[in-house]
Amino acid sequence: MYDSGKIIAGLLVFVSIIAFPFVYNIGADIVKPEPKIDTPVIQQMAVKQCVEPKEFMRAEHMQLLNKWRDSAVRDGNRVYVGSRGDHYNISLQNTCMHCHSNKKEFCDSCHNYMAVKPYCWDCHIAPKENSL
Amino acid sequence: MLEKALDGGKGYWAWIFLLLAIIGAGFIAYLFQFNYGLGITGLSRDVSWGFYIAQFTFLVGVAASAVMLVIPYYLHNYKKFGRIVILGEFLAISSVIMCILFIFVDLGQPMRVMNVMLHPTPNSVMFWDMIVLVGYLTLNVVIGWTTLGAERKEVAPPSWVKPLIYLSVPWAASIHTVTAFLYAGLPGRHLWLTAIMAARFLSSAFAAGPALLILLAFIVRRVSKFDPGKEAIQSLAKIVTYAMSINVFFFLLEVFTAFYSNIPGHMAPIKYLFVGLEGHTRLVPFMWTATALAFIGLTLLLIPNTRKNEGILPFALIAVFVAAWIDKGMGLVVGGFVPNPFERVVEYSPTAPELLITVGVYGIGALVLTVLYKVAVSVKEEVEAGGAGEASHH
Amino acid sequence: MSIDRRQFLKIAGVSTLLGLGTAAAVNGIRRDDVEASQMEPGPDALKAKRWGFVVDMSKFKTEEDYARVVHACHSIHNVPDYGNPKDEIKWIWKDDFEHTFPGQEDTYMAAEMKEKPFMVFCNHCAQPPCVRVCPTKATFKRTDGIVMMDMHRCIGCRFCMAACPYGSRSFNFRDPRGKDESGRPFIKELNPEFPTRTKGVVEKCTFCYERLAKGLKPACVEASGGGIVFGDLEDPNSEVRQLISKHYTIRRKPELGTQPSIYYIVGGNENA
Repeated sequence: MYDSGKIIAGLLVFVSIIAFPFVYNIGADIVKPEPKIDTPVIQQMAVKQCVEPKEFMRAEHMQLLNKWRDSAVRDGNRVYVGSRGDHYNISLQNTCMHCHSNKKEFCDSCHNYMAVKPYCWDCHIAPKENSL
Repeated sequence: MLEKALDGGKGYWAWIFLLLAIIGAGFIAYLFQFNYGLGITGLSRDVSWGFYIAQFTFLVGVAASAVMLVIPYYLHNYKKFGRIVILGEFLAISSVIMCILFIFVDLGQPMRVMNVMLHPTPNSVMFWDMIVLVGYLTLNVVIGWTTLGAERKEVAPPSWVKPLIYLSVPWAASIHTVTAFLYAGLPGRHLWLTAIMAARFLSSAFAAGPALLILLAFIVRRVSKFDPGKEAIQSLAKIVTYAMSINVFFFLLEVFTAFYSNIPGHMAPIKYLFVGLEGHTRLVPFMWTATALAFIGLTLLLIPNTRKNEGILPFALIAVFVAAWIDKGMGLVVGGFVPNPFERVVEYSPTAPELLITVGVYGIGALVLTVLYKVAVSVKEEVEAGGAGEASHH
Repeated sequence: MSIDRRQFLKIAGVSTLLGLGTAAAVNGIRRDDVEASQMEPGPDALKAKRWGFVVDMSKFKTEEDYARVVHACHSIHNVPDYGNPKDEIKWIWKDDFEHTFPGQEDTYMAAEMKEKPFMVFCNHCAQPPCVRVCPTKATFKRTDGIVMMDMHRCIGCRFCMAACPYGSRSFNFRDPRGKDESGRPFIKELNPEFPTRTKGVVEKCTFCYERLAKGLKPACVEASGGGIVFGDLEDPNSEVRQLISKHYTIRRKPELGTQPSIYYIVGGNENA
């Protein structure tokens, strides 16, 4: 092999850069996020349920929100009929966040854990707890 | 072949690092813009396009001008252009890259640029502009690289390139036509609403583009052993002469229609550009500079003795190039927004960060051009030095 | 058997494409489990074939009348105030006759008429040039005639601003959620029921689509005291059509073929 010294040195640098995040986090105290649903509005609900079952929302809320967005803005359809047959006003600020008024403990806890930064909040206004 | 760009003298590397420094400065300015928003520029709700879009428009012309070499060489078998046709194709590549970058830095939400492809909208001219620009870039990269590779191996280019070369001819016209349609189809912008907009764009492109190409050929001749050939340069100069004459003629047609018809809306932007409107005269000195340069440049080109004099020719070409740049790079875009839809005059001038970003994009274009020209010239030097001294072996 | 570099690259390329393609196909199937048919308009939503306005300027008497209408719109829609004309964003504002209806030049027109104020906002054209030029369908025409903005999709190319012959569109040259040097927020008081915009997108009047969906009148109509009337232009019995048939009305730059949906009663009650 030509230039074996350079190649091996290069490989070492490459591997150490790639491995850095894993090494860095070894032993770090990482807790699985538990999004909280203990807001005043949710606590007063007789049946504590979202627009769709919890499992669906957990996995698919981003797709559902995209559909809601296009439906409300582009088609002017503002009412969502859930799979259980109940009706909801399509609105992130006025429906979702009405119940989930704890953005920090609900949305952010998972999003931070997953290191995703949805751009919703560039425009949509989060409930009071967060605003300065 | 790209490795040839890594083998250069002190001057070459000094130039490369200068360009990298300019690009770096432009990039830092862009980070500021990215962070703050386009409010960092001189743009407003009244003049909502400015320096960036103007550079884009101008450079589309420079890119399209490669066809002025391709047509004589490939369609008319004009052998003298054989040596420099690659310079035209590589100039087109660097120009289209700058065009795309100028559109990108002009976007308010650059992270969403892919929406143009995710939600294709054929009724938007912008959609077609994207298609023709990307297509033209691809065509020139494929054609340029393949023909140069064949030249290096001293064999004829593969036969599949020929149809692509023929396709590139109408495609070049299309990029500038579609770019003109961005403007010429808008109701209520009187300066732009003209049927000869595309024709004007093409004529000014075929003046400014080949003018730049000749100037670049002079530089190449000075810094390398490769000589593009006196005759090729003179033929190109004639093309510039014709195109610039037509360009000036087209402009005068616009002036006639606006002023003989005496329709206020059509006269207002031309008045703004050349004599000022309601006391606003920011562009007047530039437009008269352009007029003077166009006149001087064209005169020097029209007189055979001065055109053939290689000591004078560069000045004539610089004059023509700068005149076209002021006309399209400043007057055309800003003039379309003045007066605004309420017939009020709101002026525009670019800010320092805006100019830095612009220079940075030109830096990227110059870097791409330098690298491509270095490769092309090295290949030509190698072939001319007896060729095939170094067989391509991996 | 050994493969050369060329073959290796070919196989690698093809398998990458296959992998990506399969993933995309699987995702595509998985994502469709929420049906679009599950969305419907609200029970109170106001409907029309083509929404339009009739503006009767004689109903605007004092500065307060204009300010009230502008404030009604700008406050509920979180329209920022940057305090400078360069970055200015406006959905509804007033301008004088001379500049609202250019092309009506008349040396002998009374100064009073030339300077007469008119409320201007998006014309919600039937043939909107802004929609024609938008490369992402971020601005589009709804089936009820409203020319809408999808702020999620706008890339901020500002082609629509060049195309609009009415100057109805504003661009977010900076972050509307920000503050000026003295710490004053650009949006004085956020309306928590409506979003703001983000920097780098274009915005304009949206005919209060969010209020129509709830059965409410547009905010400017409500605040105008009868100066701005809205209704279905396609319905001959609508209030707007009644007004148009009874009064002499004009539209801004009709010669451009955009077919604006805002009609202005000139003269108003005085000479009707």
